Amino acid sequence: MSKTLLEIKNLTTSFRIGEEYYAAVDDVSLNLQENEVLAIVGESGSGKSATAFSLMGLHNRAKIEGEILFKGRDIANLPTSKMNKIRGNEISMIFQDPLTALNPLMEIGKQIGEVLLLHKKDMSKQERRDYSIELLERVGLPRPERVVDQFPHELSGGMRQRVIIAIAIANKPELLIADEPTTALDVTIQAQILDLMRELKDDLNSGVILITHDLGVVAEMADRVAVMYAGQIVEIADVESLFVNPQHPYTRSLLSSVPATDFAQDRLHVIQGIVPSLKNLPREGCRFKERIPWIEDTAHEEDPQLHEISENHYVRCTCYQHFYFPEESKEEQTNGVTES
Amino acid sequence: MALLKVDDLKIHFPIRGGILNRKIDEVRAVDGVSFEVKEGQTYGLVGESGSGKTTTGKAVMGLNSITDGDIYFEDTHLNAKKGKKVDVRKDVQMIFQDPYSSLNPRKRVIDIVAEPFRNYEKMSKSEEKEKVKDLLERVGISKDSLFKYPHEFSGGQRQRIGVARAIALNPKLIIADEPVSALDVSVQAQVLNFLQDIQKDLNLTLLFIAHDLGVIKHMCDRIGIMYQGRLVEEGQKEDIFNNPQHIYTKRLVAAIPDVDPRRREEHQRFRAQVKEEYQQSFYDYFDENGMAYDLRNISDTHKVALPERG
Repeated sequence: MSKTLLEIKNLTTSFRIGEEYYAAVDDVSLNLQENEVLAIVGESGSGKSATAFSLMGLHNRAKIEGEILFKGRDIANLPTSKMNKIRGNEISMIFQDPLTALNPLMEIGKQIGEVLLLHKKDMSKQERRDYSIELLERVGLPRPERVVDQFPHELSGGMRQRVIIAIAIANKPELLIADEPTTALDVTIQAQILDLMRELKDDLNSGVILITHDLGVVAEMADRVAVMYAGQIVEIADVESLFVNPQHPYTRSLLSSVPATDFAQDRLHVIQGIVPSLKNLPREGCRFKERIPWIEDTAHEEDPQLHEISENHYVRCTCYQHFYFPEESKEEQTNGVTES
Repeated sequence: MALLKVDDLKIHFPIRGGILNRKIDEVRAVDGVSFEVKEGQTYGLVGESGSGKTTTGKAVMGLNSITDGDIYFEDTHLNAKKGKKVDVRKDVQMIFQDPYSSLNPRKRVIDIVAEPFRNYEKMSKSEEKEKVKDLLERVGISKDSLFKYPHEFSGGQRQRIGVARAIALNPKLIIADEPVSALDVSVQAQVLNFLQDIQKDLNLTLLFIAHDLGVIKHMCDRIGIMYQGRLVEEGQKEDIFNNPQHIYTKRLVAAIPDVDPRRREEHQRFRAQVKEEYQQSFYDYFDENGMAYDLRNISDTHKVALPERG
């Protein structure tokens, strides 16, 4: 049995708009084992990135409540000086857009050197350079001794993302947070980057939190998946249960809106309406209710909780029991037909 | 009958340098691309960034100057060397990638959508307003949005405003350059469904440019795979996905993430196998200058860039 690396208990991150605080992450509890990949999925505005940024302590003026236990130590609301010792060292992050995450005026070698300078103070300049080259080689960049002196604009998108990964793994982090790591990349490069991340994770035995809206990437990488909607986790399960036997209406809607890999399907499912903005978020009852108006009100719980429906498979609100797509008839659904 | 015929299209961009800013080299962005799009068809142009797919699309729109080759639209030669430029922009329209930057933030919806027919047709203010209302209704945006600004809409709605603008002049061909790659999956589904609907309603022909093979598979009848400015494989959807022949196509197809986690290991093995094949035989598929060979027919519908013998 592997060790628990991270335990998030009732995390609530609120931002101030005008005079009031609005929770973008609302009572989220999660845990992560060593060498496990947990994917957080949702549309933009669902709070998945806000969760990740809370873990890294990157929200400046947000109110963070709850506990974030990293190896048993609460790192929520740590002062910046203490957080700086952890960030980029034990916990590091891979950002979405490799062009904006790198400093355009600094050589690659120096940018990698920066994290080493901060966390490995005894390294000499030459050692840092050598180690940077080693790292670049590790992430599969050709001719690392040349890349180390190049500037970001001289590299392609895939190469830049590799540099970002090299920086993230420089101090062998135990927890790696990857925020949409392949969204900006081509499919072939995406496949390479995912392979690389999988390999590195096994090498370092670190836990990975993968934030993405690409369900294909989730199916390939994740061990467990948490689906977020409007700041809450609506379903959490291991990857197979989630894809084969999705329960929550939101999960099912998301899955059926992806163009399938077979030829059969003509129409994609469209989720009605849009993700509510932070201010207009319904705080009471099922938050997904507005987007599935054909489901009777009585199907929803008043105060939806996560229910364990099978081992380690949790679903919020009771509406999943009554959910059907408007395209299909209600009888079909009640006969227990689940779609794959 | 082909609505659009591109024949041996070449677009080279000069690289200038030296003291006199002379041309010292060139980038062959598109280097001998030929394909035909039939009326009512959806043709998908796929490739990585830098493969020349967008450049090709822009050339059809007349947004890039053409180095060599010919483009015919309904038998009109678009880039006839001498004589007046032919204006087919009324019949060929474009939908852009990013709905956030392709709509002018300082213009109201009515001005954005009415711009095409302000250029081409004379209309009174009230006629114009009626027409814009019709168009908005067609793309499913409420009529009271006439005087709103782009920032008041979500990404999917904006893309639909972009579509309303594109169909304003009843075009015959629409070039959609990565129309959904900037959108969330759920919004993507909405825009894709909607494109299929208007295509059916208006009997449109679509040239669909994308790098996402899942989307391409969902939308297109015929697909052309581009690599470094040349087509390496072209065929019906089934040809490309069930029977890819060129090593690059195989790699691309293998790189699509599989949405079934139960097949994960199988898929990874398959991908590793293709990768190995790619590394071993990559150079067999290209000539000594690193250029893809010319396309050859291997069945009635399927063309692959393979060397002369086997």
